[in-house]
Amino acid sequence: MTHVSIKELTKVYPGASEPSLDRLSLEIPTGELTALLGPSGCGKTTTMKMIAGLLEPTSGDVTFDGRSILKDKPENRGVVMVFQNYLLFPYMSVAENIGFGLKMRKKDPEEIKRRVGEMLELVKLPDLGKRKPSALSGGQQQRVALARALIVQPNVLLLDEPLSNLDAHLRFEMRDLIRSLQQEMGITTIFVTHDQEEAVVLADRVALILDGRMKQYDVAEAFYKRPVDEATARFFGGQNFIAGTAKDAVFEGSFGRLQLPEGANQGNGVLTFRPENVLLNSEPSAVNSLEATISDKIYLGTQTRLKVRIGEEVADVISNPSDVEGLSPGDTITLTLPPGILWMLTS
Amino acid sequence: MSTRESLITRNFRVLTGLVLITWLILPLIPLAIWSFAKGWFFPDLLPKTWSLRAWEYAMSDTAGVVDSLWLTIGISLAATVLSILVGVPAGRALGMYKFRGKEIVELMILAPTIVPGIAVVLGIHSVFIFMGLNNSIPGVILVHLVPTLPYMVLVMAGIFANYDASFEAQARSLGASPLKTFWYVTLPAIMPGIIVGGLFAFLVSWSQYILTLLIGGGRVVTLPLLLFNFATSGRNDITGAIGMIYILPGIIILLLTARHLSGRSGAVGGFGQI
Repeated sequence: MTHVSIKELTKVYPGASEPSLDRLSLEIPTGELTALLGPSGCGKTTTMKMIAGLLEPTSGDVTFDGRSILKDKPENRGVVMVFQNYLLFPYMSVAENIGFGLKMRKKDPEEIKRRVGEMLELVKLPDLGKRKPSALSGGQQQRVALARALIVQPNVLLLDEPLSNLDAHLRFEMRDLIRSLQQEMGITTIFVTHDQEEAVVLADRVALILDGRMKQYDVAEAFYKRPVDEATARFFGGQNFIAGTAKDAVFEGSFGRLQLPEGANQGNGVLTFRPENVLLNSEPSAVNSLEATISDKIYLGTQTRLKVRIGEEVADVISNPSDVEGLSPGDTITLTLPPGILWMLTS
Repeated sequence: MSTRESLITRNFRVLTGLVLITWLILPLIPLAIWSFAKGWFFPDLLPKTWSLRAWEYAMSDTAGVVDSLWLTIGISLAATVLSILVGVPAGRALGMYKFRGKEIVELMILAPTIVPGIAVVLGIHSVFIFMGLNNSIPGVILVHLVPTLPYMVLVMAGIFANYDASFEAQARSLGASPLKTFWYVTLPAIMPGIIVGGLFAFLVSWSQYILTLLIGGGRVVTLPLLLFNFATSGRNDITGAIGMIYILPGIIILLLTARHLSGRSGAVGGFGQI
């Protein structure tokens, strides 16, 4: 039960001209699962190590329930970090690995044995306690690493790219396991990832960090519907950016005039919309309908991506494969951009 | 193809074994025979009469062999422990970190294996006289570090070059203090290096002659000094008996640690790492 607050956290490595992390501020409410999302080298692992006490920040502060923890030693912070490559101690059995944290806290050996057994049940590896970590699969090692962290009931759990080393079919299993254990134990959890999909499926809220600075901190949906700028939208797979001017909920650009939702940003800027939200084959009379010519069609299995020309502009549209069956490059179609899917970015 | 290769490999192994036996074991056989001989003269292939006289003398109080054996064991153990205490942190610094002047430090550590000990020890001798360390056991232990440290540091640098320090971060994060982290996480990982480096250090210290003679001033009589005394006085039988005692630790240590020297462990493979 810990509210984590990060204030203006900055890290400049010795000899570096640019900060690796530039004044990051975040409020992570008790019991929430937050993702720090960003490309590799954006400062997210640096942030995590500073929270864990493995790295000293250049400036800024980290508080747990209002109390600064920067002076505390790593072993006294109540923070456990699970590294990307699991780092199971190779000389110890699975059970000894899981019990390590309790042994360091000088718990009674009988109690350690009992709790390790419970933990093995919880991560669904009840019979593997005596094995050496090297005899486990990647997914099993991940679960042992998670069990080893959770057994000490940390105030804050840090996960470094928890799903990235796993096969596709294991990812959802592990996602559900992490999510259910985290919810059950109510541990405030922060994880870092470079994969926006991983962030979206696992986190309550996502903090996007680009070039050492935080771009946006919000629920996952907001990054698709209301990105703060073009770079943020692009990071989440946004492709459509049309320059123009917005005034009184009307967009004026090379598309012509488009109706914007009430309360849209005003002024010069860029109009964006998700490729998957565009409606195809609609009535020409509908609001915001446009004539478009298909210039390319890419079949992606569960969806089909169309590149279309609208006047001078090129736009991306993603649709259900069955909806665009029979269409081929050169065909003309009618698209509709309902006002609800349009988002105006102004600087 | 594979059976052919394995045949070649096996023949090669047998050949290597023979060469090693010829080099290492054969020269010891006359020594062993001498220790049980009561006179052994040309052109006899074996001594005419046998006796345990040399062994009885070597084990007696008057010869001082037993005292010297314990003294040598003590000095070599102390030099080994000190080598480990210095070599582990030094090897960590050289194996894991980049710093200014690293090449110079490496060269300085390697220097005793290149520069003859006699050249160094004359300088050390005058310093030790000044510090009152000459003619003393601590002085001999300290001067033995000159040839033992390079082996220890090199082995440990190789170990640490392949060592992942994030295991230590993980242990700290799980609640281990720095001391417990070293004990439960670092030490098991570097143990093969400590064993191999310690073995080298012990044997190098064990076989020191010149350094012990000069710094000990003839008062610290280790086994090699005693052995040399008897060898120069022409007592081949007693020399043979003491010689047998002298090579014993080497053989015992080798047998105990053969597993770590086989090349399957990272400790020896690490030589080429820095």
